[in-house]
Amino acid sequence: MVYSPAAEKYNGEIGEVVLGTDGVKVGGQKVLPFQGFEGEAGNHPIIAIEVLDVEPEGWPEALVEAIGQDVLGDPVAWAKKAQDEWGADAVCLSLVGTDPNAADRSPDEAAETAKAVSDAISMPLIVYGSGNVEKDAEVFQRVGEVLQGANAVIGPVKEDNYKTIAAAAMGFGHVVAGETPIDVNMAKQLNILMTNLGLPADKILVDPSTGALGYGLDYTFSVMERDRLSALLQGDKVLQMPIINNMAKEAWKSKEAKVSAEEEPAWGDAAERGILWEVLTGVALLMGGADVLIIRHPKAADVLHTTIGLLAG
Amino acid sequence: MLLIGEKINVMSKTIGPAMKERNPEPIVELAKAQVDAGANMLDINIGPATKAGDEMMAWLVETVQGAVDVPLCLDTTNPVAMEAGLAVHKGQAMINSTSGDPERIASMMPLAAKYNSKLIGLALTEKGIPRDANERMAVAVDIMTACMEHGVDLENLYLDPLVLSITVPGAQYQTLECINAVKMFKELNDPPLKTVVGLSNISNGALPETKALLDGIFFTMLACNGLDAAIIDPLETEFMNMIKTIKVINNDTVFCQSYLELC
Repeated sequence: MVYSPAAEKYNGEIGEVVLGTDGVKVGGQKVLPFQGFEGEAGNHPIIAIEVLDVEPEGWPEALVEAIGQDVLGDPVAWAKKAQDEWGADAVCLSLVGTDPNAADRSPDEAAETAKAVSDAISMPLIVYGSGNVEKDAEVFQRVGEVLQGANAVIGPVKEDNYKTIAAAAMGFGHVVAGETPIDVNMAKQLNILMTNLGLPADKILVDPSTGALGYGLDYTFSVMERDRLSALLQGDKVLQMPIINNMAKEAWKSKEAKVSAEEEPAWGDAAERGILWEVLTGVALLMGGADVLIIRHPKAADVLHTTIGLLAG
Repeated sequence: MLLIGEKINVMSKTIGPAMKERNPEPIVELAKAQVDAGANMLDINIGPATKAGDEMMAWLVETVQGAVDVPLCLDTTNPVAMEAGLAVHKGQAMINSTSGDPERIASMMPLAAKYNSKLIGLALTEKGIPRDANERMAVAVDIMTACMEHGVDLENLYLDPLVLSITVPGAQYQTLECINAVKMFKELNDPPLKTVVGLSNISNGALPETKALLDGIFFTMLACNGLDAAIIDPLETEFMNMIKTIKVINNDTVFCQSYLELC
């Protein structure tokens, strides 16, 4: 009798989404993450390096050093470095400076930065707002317009502002990242609302909201797992979009990634610890079905690329 | 749950003439509407089709499968027409149906084996309608045995307890017997045999405003007892909403506020 290994029976597949204008694609899996021995494992997940529109404050010394103090206040130089020196697959411009409770940069200023970054790089651009629903709606009407033709990812789109931002995405030809608070039911609902508006499924990424290692990663993982199982095994078409994890700010907010070796001698070298915290968060998310990871540390990008290569075989 | 759309039927005032005239439009339209509404298989009922039934069935299979991407349930007592349909069908078809009648076993079983089709086995014999669940079981055992003799994979067999209208005088108790039969059929084999019903039979002759309730609640009770498939009217929105709700309660699909908008 010939031995045949047990194989899962799949009833659906993740759709492919094109990012940027250079043919980068995510999604396309016909099996659970990295189960290439069961069928088509689809496109490799990609690593996006986060770039801030304003100079970051309170980042750990080792992270600042790795990125380079000289580029931290210059999103264009920072993005070019991510592309040319760190081997990133994409850049995520975080418009944290537009937050009304922070620098409150105007939609026009944000648009100017976004355009400059977009013009400086050839790889896909992701633009994340501050998360303030009203301000993001205003910002993305302008940002969407100036980035017309770039096929950028814009987000986070939430239930309270999806109409404005999804309309901007449709009007100017962008992909949206729909964010819901670690809740698969709400993720499905937001996808329905956006597709009802006329946004095609291949212009949507699911942002499930991300908790870092030690700070809710397990909840995020469970939601992603349920999402992928429903999409692939139950064939739920409304959940068959690739997943984006905006994880950098969460990983680097954790005490474990930030605190110095002097303060916590038992925790060991701070530089290495920070990278590990970001890498381990990323690896868990990859196993859960992440297609796009937004991270900060160049070395973490290296390790995650290697990991993806090994897992994908 | 396999939901088999029942609308393409020679008895229909629009579909019957379209079949005879080989006019694809009304048929294609109805096929698409049923699939859009959530049917994952379509019944193609041409009746006894004694005259050139083979040509008609082959034409229908090609016409419908040219328009929608679902398998078909070929519904005729004419074995020549059945084979003509099976021969041109893409994917795994379903034969509707055999029964415990030796003549129908002899005509349909070899086709199911030859084409590796799914097969509906109706709990009915040439002697008449079974009176209770036990009599249905006896027919089911005969059909199961015949499958094994003819080399029909039991995975492909769908036993049908034969649903009668609840309006038939003296037959009201039969509805509950059908539910019991579905439960008992499942226990005939391991892995359990599959089951199917012609659902709307129950509300034949009932007032229109009670049909969705009769069909929907009967379906729910059958689903609780392990029903695998049903021949239904997917264009009955109220009834389909009940099915969507069952899927959510059964955790077959992820809940969301707008779940009724989806198939």
